[in-house]
Amino acid sequence: MSHWINLQPYENPMYILVLVIALIPLIIGLFMGKRIHWYETLVSIVFLLFMFDGDKLSQGIALIGYIIIEMIIVLAYAHYRMKPNSPNKTWVFVLAVALSIVQLAIVKLTPLFADGKSSLFGFLGISYLTFRVVGTIMEIRDGSINAKNFDPKKFIHFVLFMPTISEGPIDRYRRWVKDYDQVPDREKYVGMIGKAVHYLMLGLFYNFILGYLFGTIMLPNVQHLAMLSRHNFLGISWGLVGVMYVYSMYLFFNFAGYSLFAVAISYLMGIETPMNFNKPFMAYNIKDFWNRWHMTLSFWFRDYIYMRLVFFLMKHKWIKSRVTIANLGYLTLFMIMAIWHGETWYYMVYGLFHACAMMINDAWIRWKRKHKGLLPSNKFTKAMSTFFAFNVVCFSFLIFSGFLNTLWFK
Amino acid sequence: MADENEIRNVVMEVLTDLTGSDEITKDPDVNLFETGLLDSMGTVQLLLELQNRLGIDAPVSEFDRTEWATPNKIIAKVASLQ
Repeated sequence: MSHWINLQPYENPMYILVLVIALIPLIIGLFMGKRIHWYETLVSIVFLLFMFDGDKLSQGIALIGYIIIEMIIVLAYAHYRMKPNSPNKTWVFVLAVALSIVQLAIVKLTPLFADGKSSLFGFLGISYLTFRVVGTIMEIRDGSINAKNFDPKKFIHFVLFMPTISEGPIDRYRRWVKDYDQVPDREKYVGMIGKAVHYLMLGLFYNFILGYLFGTIMLPNVQHLAMLSRHNFLGISWGLVGVMYVYSMYLFFNFAGYSLFAVAISYLMGIETPMNFNKPFMAYNIKDFWNRWHMTLSFWFRDYIYMRLVFFLMKHKWIKSRVTIANLGYLTLFMIMAIWHGETWYYMVYGLFHACAMMINDAWIRWKRKHKGLLPSNKFTKAMSTFFAFNVVCFSFLIFSGFLNTLWFK
Repeated sequence: MADENEIRNVVMEVLTDLTGSDEITKDPDVNLFETGLLDSMGTVQLLLELQNRLGIDAPVSEFDRTEWATPNKIIAKVASLQ
């Protein structure tokens, strides 16, 4: 159906140009100190239609069904929690979370049970929408989102916020609403436009130049080289080392580029969507890495899974050892993240690898605290740690890439 | 209701215990997260201790790292939650 106009988010520089032009009335409005709500909604709907029309229509229908179901769940739970003297039963909370992830679980598990076919209930962005919904349910449980600050209409708008719908960053309801409810003053907004322009340029450079260079030009070459030496022990070769680094660079520049676009467009719309990357390859250890890589996702897992699990275990004193609790938390976090990535052996190994890396990292820090002054700490040792962390991360991305599956088993 | 001084004493005691260092007494404006003195695990322990000793009920989702970044900020936050 080639007569349909179908635009996938940030697929090329033209998309960004069209989107920015469409946003001009909104930008002028914000500059004049007014948020033109109806125009913002209109632009969002038009771009959502472009995203899910033509041969993507079944995805569009899945999205509409998804939104209706999630709204029913969240509104029912909000009604339950926001009435005076709500009993706040744990089973009601667990039920609400379980129901809200059913569609995502079906979509994620379908390829495993249907021979790699994708589910009819899926659509681009379902993961990121579900993160926002589940986070909101958890904050309703805690009473942080309550009758005072919850607005169903704004909640839909937040979940469907157009610049970040397909690939994040994952914002939080309360933070998003705070931006949405106010118009930044002119000085601040001009600063945001400046940042947006900078992020757009950097994103173009990352995604369409460096991402293209590493992903489209270099990666097939090193993959080909590695495949030529696949009969070596475990397929180890210089080509494979090349795949490891080239893929890691591609992954970063491609994804960081996307995230910069999403943040830039959000800024133009007067919303300070959080950044997703902060020089991740400069991390001095693996824990520091997760504070810099795909930050909105790792903070989501940290706050909504790890910390809640640790809080629960410590409060109920089921396990005494703090080290055991922390390690159990890492395993849970990274295995859930792995299952979310997809049901393949290499995602599971990737999850396990990072969980183990975190445990070893903690053990190392404990050892250093006990033996203070035993090891030197200077510019050289710091550079060494950064170099070591970088290689550990790149190795984990080699696992994540799935290339080993091709190399060994195909 | 604990007064400001009592809050300060409890928070500093808990933090010294959790960070295993006297850096926080030297500089009560030190950023606990950027310096790596406090991590998620330490944060949860802090919240539980505040609950047990001061009766502060702060759920995990109220914990915004920018608002709880330094010992002084934590003291102010705890006082406001009382």
